[in-house]
Amino acid sequence: MKLLTANFITCSVKSCQSVTPALSFRDAELAREEIDFSPLFLRNILPRIDWPLLQRTAKELGFPALPETKPELSPIAEGDEEGVGSEEEQKLLKELHSLLLETSVQSGKLVCANCGHEYPISQGIANFLLPNHLV
Amino acid sequence: MSTDSNPITTEAEEKKEEVYEAEHVHKVYDIIAPHFSATRYKPWPIVERFLREMPAGSVGLDVGCGNGKYLGVNPSLFMIGTDRSRGLASIANHEFKHEAHVADALDLPHPPGRFDFAISIAVIHHFSSPERRVQAVRSILATLRTDKENPGRALIYVWALEQKNSRRGWDENSPQDVFVPWVLQKGNKSKQPKEKSQKQAKNLVETEVKATASPSGDSAQTRAACEPEEEKKEAEPNPVYNRYYHLYKQGELGADAVEAGGKVIEAGYEKDNHWAIIIPA
Ligand SMILES: C[S@@+](CC[C@H](N)C(=O)[O-])C[C@H]1O[C@@H](n2cnc3c(N)ncnc32)[C@H](O)[C@@H]1O
Ligand SMILES: [Zn+2]
Repeated sequence: MKLLTANFITCSVKSCQSVTPALSFRDAELAREEIDFSPLFLRNILPRIDWPLLQRTAKELGFPALPETKPELSPIAEGDEEGVGSEEEQKLLKELHSLLLETSVQSGKLVCANCGHEYPISQGIANFLLPNHLV
Repeated sequence: MSTDSNPITTEAEEKKEEVYEAEHVHKVYDIIAPHFSATRYKPWPIVERFLREMPAGSVGLDVGCGNGKYLGVNPSLFMIGTDRSRGLASIANHEFKHEAHVADALDLPHPPGRFDFAISIAVIHHFSSPERRVQAVRSILATLRTDKENPGRALIYVWALEQKNSRRGWDENSPQDVFVPWVLQKGNKSKQPKEKSQKQAKNLVETEVKATASPSGDSAQTRAACEPEEEKKEAEPNPVYNRYYHLYKQGELGADAVEAGGKVIEAGYEKDNHWAIIIPA
């Protein structure tokens, strides 16, 4: 599970879904896979990210602290079709790319702070099926 | 059927339906996963259009994503797939490098109101009671953004009862709860089938099934041609697995959408399927 995905995941138990954040990683084993860098994709996706949740996930997984607030990017200049931006922005986008898209949790579990259920992750795939008593 | 008047019966019934679907849907997809995946690579045009028209950077879900054939159609979107079958989620994940995980459409692991769009293609017709089918639509709608100006949208496809011109030949008077056989082509697992040719079409395997489909015991007899259209090589008969389907009547998906608290903004019929684009009402 990529860290970008983890930003859009919560406990499958209905009554836990108003609790934020509900899930945290435990015993996570990480993998890195290089993928093509698209600054434009990251610019477009950034507004949709739950920043406090991402900060928390990064911390849980032992990454250096992220900025206090979601970075504000300046609009891309005319002719900059790929959304490369300034050098500083480029660096930031690369870091986000690496964290959100190139890093994934290969095994471990996601644990719900509300109901205590543990969702196993193996071979990069999380299993969100609920045991009968939780449905 | 009333849902809250008699919680005990309802619970028992829910359980019965779950067990039924586990046997006649989930188990089958897990067994046929590699072969099924090899036949699923072409996106359907309306689904493709829906995905291509989404603004770049939109975030969406594919509920019952199968092998994930829609997850990469528009690379400017971010999509997460879920499927009940570990076999198929794992093909989507490992073979096609998509984000796909295992979840039931009725218990989606997503924060409510956060997504720009969702698709669920040929999935909710596998739920075996009217309540569960409505619940599936409700569960998908719950993930969508609700802002009045620009709400999230869900594209849902289901198999139609009215398909007189298909090789199955069902019409509006046919039974709605049926078993549809999948003939597992052995030894031809991960290869993509060649484009259909006239010759291959003639080699279609046709099977007569007597199905006691639907857990409520409605009996249905249906004659169905098997998918996929591939050459049959072996002398030994290929194993056949029956999947349960509820075939939707014209208007039924729209009615379910309304009952689930949604509003249909566009709907149609395409190649033996009913589809609808639904927003939270
Ligand atoms: C006909 S296939 C369609 C797959 C894919 N959407 C496509 O268009 O190729 C039906 C899919 O629904 C999945 N499915 C069936 N019941 C489900 C449920 N309760 N929750 C999630 N997925 C389910 C099956 O595992 C299978 O992958
Ligand atoms: Zn929970």
